[in-house]
Amino acid sequence: MFGFANPQRFGKLSSTLMPWAWGLCVVLMAAGICLALFGSPADYQQGESVRMMYVHVPAAWMAMACYAAMAVASFISLIWGHVIADVAAKATAPIGATFTALALFTGSLWGKPMWGTWWAWDARLTSVLILFFLYLGYMGLWSAIEDRTKAARAAAILALVGAVNLPIIKFSVEWWNTLHQGSSVLRADGPTLHTDFLVPLLVMGAAYMSFYAALLLLRMRTEIMRQQVNAKQRRIAAGEEGAA
Amino acid sequence: MAEWLAMGGYASFVWATYGVTALALGGITIWSVVEYKKLQRLSNNQDDRS
Repeated sequence: MFGFANPQRFGKLSSTLMPWAWGLCVVLMAAGICLALFGSPADYQQGESVRMMYVHVPAAWMAMACYAAMAVASFISLIWGHVIADVAAKATAPIGATFTALALFTGSLWGKPMWGTWWAWDARLTSVLILFFLYLGYMGLWSAIEDRTKAARAAAILALVGAVNLPIIKFSVEWWNTLHQGSSVLRADGPTLHTDFLVPLLVMGAAYMSFYAALLLLRMRTEIMRQQVNAKQRRIAAGEEGAA
Repeated sequence: MAEWLAMGGYASFVWATYGVTALALGGITIWSVVEYKKLQRLSNNQDDRS
């Protein structure tokens, strides 16, 4: 794992992996959308509205998965001062925030026809809204603190503290009486969803995951370049002062 | 085709979810690519000057 600690090695590895990740993402997205809009049958209760599940549920999964990834990367960065880990955490945040916003938005659009309301302050919806604010807070800390090391540390601590929200989101539908339904895929006794719905959902899930991977690599490369540009700028400035 | 587009009466909700998803995922991709290109340009300029 620590082989990736070197930005040069990461640069090489990521430039090899990135085209594959984007290719995989495009193929899976296309397959997933075909399955979701044409392949999947209508639900006997929800009718055609069930097609919203295929974009809503994977967005919610990724909202949490990205946060988990960000928390793990933050932990590694805090304990071992691993450079690439805090780059990964920082690069993940806007992607996770986008997935979270999508989960909230598409959930609202699905809630209106199914529940009769755009929003309810139930435990699931509220905890996901908090997740969104955690992402915003995390990105806010990065941009508010000028010193990079200090910013990385503060943001990492926030990410780790906020991680308690993940089990709350996951089990909110069991611990409290929520309007939101319980899990039908990620449950101890296996999925209760019929294969006709499960397959398109899992393909979309894989598509979202590869999208995250591809975009993460791109954003990490950007972040590493930004660090190098800033470092060089500081060196040039210091050099000019020294010469004057 | 028209029947498929109607989504059993849920057309506005179904197409809005797919639309907002496409916009958001497309948007963050374009933003990230623009940022990447910008940093590449900055880095190249720096190399030219030094």
